Amino acid sequence: MTSSVPVSSATTGVTERSIVAQLALSDVEASDIETDANLRRLQHRLAQQAIEADLLDVAFAVTDSPIGPLLVATTTVGLVRVAFELEGHEHVLEQLGATLGPRVLHAPRRLDPVVRQLDEYFSGRRQRFEVPIDLRLSTGFRRSVLDHLVAIGYGITESYGDVARAVGNPKAVRAVGTACATNPVPVVVPCHRVVRSDGAIGNYLGGTEAKIALLELEAG
Amino acid sequence: MSLPPFDTVVRQHGGVVLRVCRAVLPPADADDAWSTTFLAALEAYPRLTPDSNVRGWLVTIAHRKAIDVARAAARAPSPVDDRSRTASAATHRAPGADAFIESHDGDLWNAVRRLPVKQRHAVAYHHVGGLPYVDVGELLGCSTEAARRSASDGISSLRRTLTRKPVDP
Repeated sequence: MTSSVPVSSATTGVTERSIVAQLALSDVEASDIETDANLRRLQHRLAQQAIEADLLDVAFAVTDSPIGPLLVATTTVGLVRVAFELEGHEHVLEQLGATLGPRVLHAPRRLDPVVRQLDEYFSGRRQRFEVPIDLRLSTGFRRSVLDHLVAIGYGITESYGDVARAVGNPKAVRAVGTACATNPVPVVVPCHRVVRSDGAIGNYLGGTEAKIALLELEAG
Repeated sequence: MSLPPFDTVVRQHGGVVLRVCRAVLPPADADDAWSTTFLAALEAYPRLTPDSNVRGWLVTIAHRKAIDVARAAARAPSPVDDRSRTASAATHRAPGADAFIESHDGDLWNAVRRLPVKQRHAVAYHHVGGLPYVDVGELLGCSTEAARRSASDGISSLRRTLTRKPVDP
Protein backbone atom coordinates (compact mmCIF):
# COMPACT_ATOMS: atom_id res chain seq x y z
CA MET A 1 0.00 0.00 0.00
CA THR A 2 2.93 2.31 0.53
CA SER A 3 5.23 0.89 -2.12
CA SER A 4 4.76 3.96 -4.32
CA VAL A 5 6.81 6.14 -1.96
CA PRO A 6 10.20 6.81 -3.52
CA VAL A 7 13.26 5.91 -1.47
CA SER A 8 16.92 6.72 -1.90
CA SER A 9 19.44 3.99 -2.52
CA ALA A 10 20.99 4.73 0.90
CA THR A 11 17.99 3.21 2.65
CA THR A 12 17.89 -0.14 0.88
CA GLY A 13 18.63 -3.23 2.93
CA VAL A 14 16.99 -1.89 6.09
CA THR A 15 15.70 -4.28 8.74
CA GLU A 16 12.92 -3.80 11.24
CA ARG A 17 15.55 -3.72 13.95
CA SER A 18 17.47 -0.87 12.27
CA ILE A 19 14.22 1.07 11.76
CA VAL A 20 13.32 0.72 15.43
CA ALA A 21 16.84 1.80 16.43
CA GLN A 22 16.67 4.85 14.20
CA LEU A 23 13.24 5.83 15.50
CA ALA A 24 14.43 5.55 19.11
CA LEU A 25 17.59 7.48 18.30
CA SER A 26 19.71 4.62 19.62
CA ASP A 27 21.28 4.86 16.17
CA VAL A 28 23.77 7.69 16.83
CA GLU A 29 23.93 8.74 13.20
CA ALA A 30 20.24 9.54 13.23
CA SER A 31 21.00 12.72 15.18
CA ASP A 32 21.75 15.52 12.78
CA ILE A 33 22.94 19.08 12.95
CA GLU A 34 19.86 20.59 11.29
CA THR A 35 17.61 19.09 13.94
CA ASP A 36 19.86 20.34 16.76
CA ALA A 37 19.86 23.87 15.33
CA ASN A 38 16.10 23.73 14.97
CA LEU A 39 15.73 22.57 18.55
CA ARG A 40 17.76 25.55 19.76
CA ARG A 41 15.54 27.86 17.73
CA LEU A 42 12.44 26.28 19.29
CA GLN A 43 13.93 26.65 22.78
CA HIS A 44 14.50 30.38 22.15
CA ARG A 45 10.92 30.71 20.94
CA LEU A 46 9.66 28.90 24.03
CA ALA A 47 11.62 31.28 26.27
CA GLN A 48 10.07 34.29 24.52
CA GLN A 49 6.56 32.87 24.71
CA ALA A 50 7.05 31.98 28.37
CA ILE A 51 8.15 35.54 29.18
CA GLU A 52 5.23 37.04 27.26
CA ALA A 53 2.77 34.74 29.03
CA ASP A 54 4.43 35.58 32.37
CA LEU A 55 4.90 31.88 33.13
CA LEU A 56 8.39 31.89 34.63
CA ASP A 57 9.37 31.76 38.29
CA VAL A 58 12.99 32.36 37.29
CA ALA A 59 14.67 33.33 34.00
CA PHE A 60 18.42 32.80 33.76
CA ALA A 61 21.43 33.27 31.52
CA VAL A 62 25.14 32.53 31.78
CA THR A 63 27.55 35.28 30.85
CA ASP A 64 31.35 35.25 30.53
CA SER A 65 33.38 37.55 32.72
CA PRO A 66 37.04 38.06 33.66
CA ILE A 67 36.29 36.11 36.87
CA GLY A 68 34.73 33.19 35.03
CA PRO A 69 31.23 32.37 33.77
CA LEU A 70 28.52 34.00 35.88
CA LEU A 71 25.02 32.63 36.22
CA VAL A 72 22.50 35.49 36.41
CA ALA A 73 18.90 34.82 37.36
CA THR A 74 15.88 37.08 37.67
CA THR A 75 12.33 36.91 38.99
CA THR A 76 9.63 39.28 37.79
CA VAL A 77 10.72 41.55 40.67
CA GLY A 78 14.39 41.76 39.77
CA LEU A 79 17.84 40.19 39.80
CA VAL A 80 17.63 37.42 42.38
CA ARG A 81 20.91 35.52 41.97
CA VAL A 82 24.41 35.90 40.62
CA ALA A 83 26.47 32.71 40.94
CA PHE A 84 30.11 31.90 40.35
CA GLU A 85 31.17 28.76 38.57
CA LEU A 86 32.67 27.53 41.86
CA GLU A 87 29.16 27.25 43.30
CA GLY A 88 28.10 24.84 40.55
CA HIS A 89 25.53 26.44 38.24
CA GLU A 90 23.41 23.27 37.99
CA HIS A 91 23.23 23.07 41.76
CA VAL A 92 22.29 26.75 42.03
CA LEU A 93 19.49 26.29 39.49
CA GLU A 94 18.14 23.34 41.47
CA GLN A 95 18.17 25.47 44.62
CA LEU A 96 16.38 28.31 42.85
CA GLY A 97 13.76 25.89 41.55
CA ALA A 98 13.20 24.41 45.01
CA THR A 99 12.97 27.84 46.65
CA LEU A 100 11.28 30.08 44.09
CA GLY A 101 9.32 27.60 41.96
CA PRO A 102 10.30 25.01 39.32
CA ARG A 103 9.43 27.11 36.27
CA VAL A 104 13.09 27.97 35.73
CA LEU A 105 14.09 28.55 32.12
CA HIS A 106 17.11 29.69 30.12
CA ALA A 107 15.76 32.98 28.77
CA PRO A 108 18.82 35.14 28.01
CA ARG A 109 16.91 38.04 26.47
CA ARG A 110 15.25 38.64 29.84
CA LEU A 111 18.73 39.13 31.32
CA ASP A 112 20.04 41.47 28.61
CA PRO A 113 20.09 44.62 30.80
CA VAL A 114 22.08 43.07 33.64
CA VAL A 115 24.46 41.26 31.27
CA ARG A 116 25.13 44.53 29.46
CA GLN A 117 25.77 46.34 32.76
CA LEU A 118 28.10 43.57 33.94
CA ASP A 119 30.07 43.88 30.69
CA GLU A 120 30.34 47.64 31.24
CA TYR A 121 31.40 47.12 34.86
CA PHE A 122 34.12 44.62 33.98
CA SER A 123 35.47 46.89 31.25
CA GLY A 124 35.67 49.79 33.73
CA ARG A 125 32.86 51.82 32.14
CA ARG A 126 30.31 51.42 34.92
CA GLN A 127 30.51 52.07 38.66
CA ARG A 128 26.88 51.56 39.72
CA PHE A 129 24.39 48.88 38.73
CA GLU A 130 20.97 50.16 37.77
CA VAL A 131 18.83 47.03 37.69
CA PRO A 132 15.99 46.10 40.03
CA ILE A 133 17.21 43.64 42.68
CA ASP A 134 15.11 40.99 44.39
CA LEU A 135 16.69 40.21 47.76
CA ARG A 136 14.08 37.67 48.85
CA LEU A 137 16.73 34.94 49.23
CA SER A 138 18.19 36.87 52.14
CA THR A 139 16.24 37.69 55.29
CA GLY A 140 16.64 39.21 58.74
CA PHE A 141 20.09 40.37 59.80
CA ARG A 142 21.72 39.14 56.58
CA ARG A 143 19.26 41.21 54.61
CA SER A 144 20.07 44.35 56.60
CA VAL A 145 23.77 43.78 55.90
CA LEU A 146 23.08 43.54 52.16
CA ASP A 147 21.00 46.73 52.30
CA HIS A 148 24.06 48.45 53.75
CA LEU A 149 26.49 46.93 51.22
CA VAL A 150 24.61 48.55 48.35
CA ALA A 151 25.60 51.90 49.86
CA ILE A 152 29.37 51.19 49.82
CA GLY A 153 30.65 53.08 46.81
CA TYR A 154 32.82 51.88 43.93
CA GLY A 155 36.51 51.56 44.86
CA ILE A 156 35.83 51.92 48.60
CA THR A 157 36.32 49.15 51.15
CA GLU A 158 34.97 48.68 54.67
CA SER A 159 35.96 46.17 57.32
CA TYR A 160 33.56 43.54 58.66
CA GLY A 161 33.61 45.55 61.92
CA ASP A 162 32.66 48.77 60.08
CA VAL A 163 29.67 47.03 58.53
CA ALA A 164 28.63 45.52 61.88
CA ARG A 165 28.65 48.99 63.46
CA ALA A 166 26.82 50.50 60.49
CA VAL A 167 23.95 48.04 60.82
CA GLY A 168 23.74 48.77 64.58
CA ASN A 169 25.19 45.53 65.90
CA PRO A 170 28.92 46.14 66.52
CA LYS A 171 29.51 42.70 68.02
CA ALA A 172 28.11 40.86 65.02
CA VAL A 173 31.38 40.86 63.05
CA ARG A 174 31.22 37.13 62.36
CA ALA A 175 27.56 37.35 61.33
CA VAL A 176 28.49 40.09 58.85
CA GLY A 177 31.02 37.66 57.39
CA THR A 178 28.28 35.06 57.04
CA ALA A 179 25.95 37.60 55.43
CA CYS A 180 28.63 38.44 52.87
CA ALA A 181 29.39 34.76 52.25
CA THR A 182 25.73 34.07 51.57
CA ASN A 183 25.07 37.16 49.45
CA PRO A 184 22.78 35.86 46.68
CA VAL A 185 23.77 38.65 44.27
CA PRO A 186 27.55 39.10 44.54
CA VAL A 187 29.33 41.66 42.31
CA VAL A 188 26.06 43.62 41.89
CA VAL A 189 25.59 43.86 45.68
CA PRO A 190 29.27 44.49 46.40
CA CYS A 191 30.21 42.18 49.25
CA HIS A 192 33.71 42.14 47.73
CA ARG A 193 34.15 45.66 49.17
CA VAL A 194 34.17 44.23 52.69
CA VAL A 195 37.66 43.17 53.80
CA ARG A 196 39.33 42.18 57.07
CA SER A 197 40.40 44.96 59.43
CA ASP A 198 43.99 43.62 59.42
CA GLY A 199 44.14 44.37 55.72
CA ALA A 200 43.76 40.75 54.60
CA ILE A 201 41.38 40.13 51.74
CA GLY A 202 39.02 37.77 53.52
CA ASN A 203 37.11 34.90 52.02
CA TYR A 204 34.89 35.15 48.97
CA LEU A 205 32.30 32.82 47.55
CA GLY A 206 33.82 33.18 44.10
CA GLY A 207 37.33 32.49 45.42
CA THR A 208 39.94 34.88 46.83
CA GLU A 209 41.41 35.47 43.37
CA ALA A 210 38.07 36.75 42.09
CA LYS A 211 37.79 39.13 45.06
CA ILE A 212 41.32 40.45 44.42
CA ALA A 213 40.48 40.90 40.72
CA LEU A 214 37.35 42.93 41.56
CA LEU A 215 39.19 45.14 44.07
CA GLU A 216 42.02 45.73 41.57
CA LEU A 217 39.50 46.54 38.83
CA GLU A 218 37.89 49.16 41.10
CA ALA A 219 41.22 50.56 42.23
CA GLY A 220 41.79 51.42 38.56
CA MET B 1 12.16 15.88 46.83
CA SER B 2 11.34 18.73 44.48
CA LEU B 3 10.92 18.99 40.72
CA PRO B 4 14.06 19.73 38.72
CA PRO B 5 14.22 23.16 37.04
CA PHE B 6 12.01 23.15 33.94
CA ASP B 7 15.09 23.96 31.87
CA THR B 8 16.40 20.47 32.66
CA VAL B 9 13.15 18.99 31.33
CA VAL B 10 13.51 20.91 28.06
CA ARG B 11 17.14 19.85 27.63
CA GLN B 12 16.49 16.20 28.49
CA HIS B 13 13.29 15.64 26.55
CA GLY B 14 13.08 18.43 23.93
CA GLY B 15 14.68 16.27 21.25
CA VAL B 16 12.46 13.24 21.81
CA VAL B 17 9.29 15.34 21.86
CA LEU B 18 10.32 17.02 18.60
CA ARG B 19 10.85 13.61 17.00
CA VAL B 20 7.44 12.45 18.22
CA CYS B 21 5.82 15.58 16.76
CA ARG B 22 7.65 15.02 13.48
CA ALA B 23 6.53 11.44 13.31
CA VAL B 24 2.89 12.47 13.39
CA LEU B 25 2.91 15.89 11.67
CA PRO B 26 4.67 17.61 8.76
CA PRO B 27 7.79 19.51 9.97
CA ALA B 28 6.35 23.05 10.11
CA ASP B 29 3.29 21.84 12.01
CA ALA B 30 5.55 19.69 14.20
CA ASP B 31 7.42 22.81 15.34
CA ASP B 32 4.13 24.43 16.37
CA ALA B 33 3.06 21.29 18.21
CA TRP B 34 6.43 21.22 20.03
CA SER B 35 5.99 24.85 21.12
CA THR B 36 2.43 24.47 22.36
CA THR B 37 3.37 21.21 24.11
CA PHE B 38 6.21 22.78 26.10
CA LEU B 39 4.25 25.94 26.84
CA ALA B 40 1.36 23.87 28.22
CA ALA B 41 3.84 21.68 30.12
CA LEU B 42 5.54 24.75 31.61
CA GLU B 43 2.20 26.08 32.76
CA ALA B 44 1.21 22.78 34.41
CA TYR B 45 4.69 21.83 35.66
CA PRO B 46 4.38 22.93 39.32
CA ARG B 47 1.42 20.55 39.72
CA LEU B 48 3.34 17.52 38.42
CA THR B 49 4.18 14.88 41.05
CA PRO B 50 7.98 14.92 41.49
CA ASP B 51 8.52 11.20 40.73
CA SER B 52 6.37 11.22 37.57
CA ASN B 53 7.51 9.80 34.24
CA VAL B 54 8.22 13.22 32.72
CA ARG B 55 8.82 11.98 29.19
CA GLY B 56 5.54 10.03 29.19
CA TRP B 57 3.76 13.10 30.51
CA LEU B 58 5.23 15.23 27.70
CA VAL B 59 4.40 12.67 25.00
CA THR B 60 0.80 12.58 26.25
CA ILE B 61 0.56 16.38 26.01
CA ALA B 62 2.24 16.27 22.58
CA HIS B 63 -0.39 13.79 21.36
CA ARG B 64 -3.21 16.17 22.30
CA LYS B 65 -1.43 19.21 20.88
CA ALA B 66 -0.63 17.37 17.65
CA ILE B 67 -4.33 16.63 17.20
CA ASP B 68 -5.13 20.33 17.79
CA VAL B 69 -2.47 21.45 15.30
CA ALA B 70 -3.59 18.90 12.68
CA ARG B 71 -7.21 20.08 13.03
CA ALA B 72 -6.18 23.72 12.68
CA ALA B 73 -4.05 22.87 9.63
CA ALA B 74 -6.96 20.95 8.08
CA ARG B 75 -9.21 24.00 8.50
CA ALA B 76 -6.67 26.45 7.12
CA PRO B 77 -6.35 26.61 3.32
CA SER B 78 -3.00 25.06 2.48
CA PRO B 79 -1.41 23.67 -0.67
CA VAL B 80 0.26 20.98 1.41
CA ASP B 81 -1.53 18.13 3.07
CA ASP B 82 1.07 15.66 4.21
CA ARG B 83 -1.61 13.43 5.66
CA SER B 84 -3.09 12.56 2.28
CA ARG B 85 -1.28 9.54 0.96
CA THR B 86 -1.38 10.51 -2.68
CA ALA B 87 1.31 9.41 -5.10
CA SER B 88 2.70 12.93 -5.25
CA ALA B 89 2.67 13.53 -1.51
CA ALA B 90 6.34 12.61 -1.20
CA THR B 91 7.36 15.55 -3.36
CA HIS B 92 5.42 18.14 -1.34
CA ARG B 93 7.30 20.17 1.23
CA ALA B 94 5.88 22.20 4.06
CA PRO B 95 7.36 25.72 4.37
CA GLY B 96 10.58 25.67 6.38
CA ALA B 97 10.76 21.91 6.18
CA ASP B 98 13.68 21.64 3.79
CA ALA B 99 16.43 21.20 6.36
CA PHE B 100 14.65 18.31 7.96
CA ILE B 101 13.48 16.58 4.81
CA GLU B 102 16.94 16.74 3.33
CA SER B 103 18.60 15.27 6.39
CA HIS B 104 19.67 11.71 5.72
CA ASP B 105 16.92 10.02 7.73
CA GLY B 106 14.22 12.16 6.12
CA ASP B 107 12.95 9.18 4.09
CA LEU B 108 12.14 7.24 7.23
CA TRP B 109 10.20 10.12 8.79
CA ASN B 110 8.30 10.81 5.61
CA ALA B 111 7.37 7.15 5.50
CA VAL B 112 6.25 7.23 9.15
CA ARG B 113 3.97 10.18 8.43
CA ARG B 114 2.44 8.23 5.58
CA LEU B 115 1.41 5.29 7.76
CA PRO B 116 -2.30 4.83 8.54
CA VAL B 117 -3.13 7.05 11.52
CA LYS B 118 -3.27 4.38 14.23
CA GLN B 119 -0.02 2.74 13.14
CA ARG B 120 1.63 6.14 12.87
CA HIS B 121 0.58 7.10 16.40
CA ALA B 122 1.52 3.72 17.86
CA VAL B 123 4.96 3.83 16.23
CA ALA B 124 5.50 7.47 17.28
CA TYR B 125 4.50 7.08 20.91
CA HIS B 126 6.07 3.67 21.54
CA HIS B 127 9.18 3.57 19.37
CA VAL B 128 10.01 7.28 19.23
CA GLY B 129 8.52 8.52 22.50
CA GLY B 130 9.28 5.42 24.55
CA LEU B 131 5.77 5.03 26.02
CA PRO B 132 4.93 1.48 27.13
CA TYR B 133 2.16 -0.15 25.07
CA VAL B 134 -0.29 0.05 27.99
CA ASP B 135 0.02 3.86 27.93
CA VAL B 136 -0.12 3.98 24.12
CA GLY B 137 -3.35 1.97 24.25
CA GLU B 138 -4.81 4.36 26.78
CA LEU B 139 -3.82 7.35 24.67
CA LEU B 140 -5.30 5.87 21.49
CA GLY B 141 -8.40 4.46 23.15
CA CYS B 142 -7.59 0.83 22.37
CA SER B 143 -6.28 -2.22 24.21
CA THR B 144 -2.61 -2.75 25.02
CA GLU B 145 -2.57 -5.66 22.58
CA ALA B 146 -4.12 -3.56 19.79
CA ALA B 147 -1.51 -0.83 20.39
CA ARG B 148 1.26 -3.43 20.17
CA ARG B 149 -0.21 -4.83 16.94
CA SER B 150 -0.54 -1.37 15.36
CA ALA B 151 3.09 -0.54 16.14
CA SER B 152 4.23 -3.91 14.83
CA ASP B 153 2.20 -3.51 11.62
CA GLY B 154 3.63 -0.01 11.27
CA ILE B 155 7.23 -1.21 11.55
CA SER B 156 6.62 -3.99 8.99
CA SER B 157 5.07 -1.49 6.65
CA LEU B 158 8.04 0.87 7.08
CA ARG B 159 10.47 -1.93 6.27
CA ARG B 160 8.56 -2.79 3.10
CA THR B 161 8.40 0.87 2.09
CA LEU B 162 12.06 1.56 2.71
CA THR B 163 13.34 -1.61 1.04
CA ARG B 164 10.92 -1.09 -1.85
CA LYS B 165 9.95 -4.73 -1.75
CA PRO B 166 6.56 -5.59 -3.26
CA VAL B 167 3.78 -5.72 -0.73
CA ASP B 168 2.87 -9.26 0.30
CA PRO B 169 -0.45 -10.39 -1.10
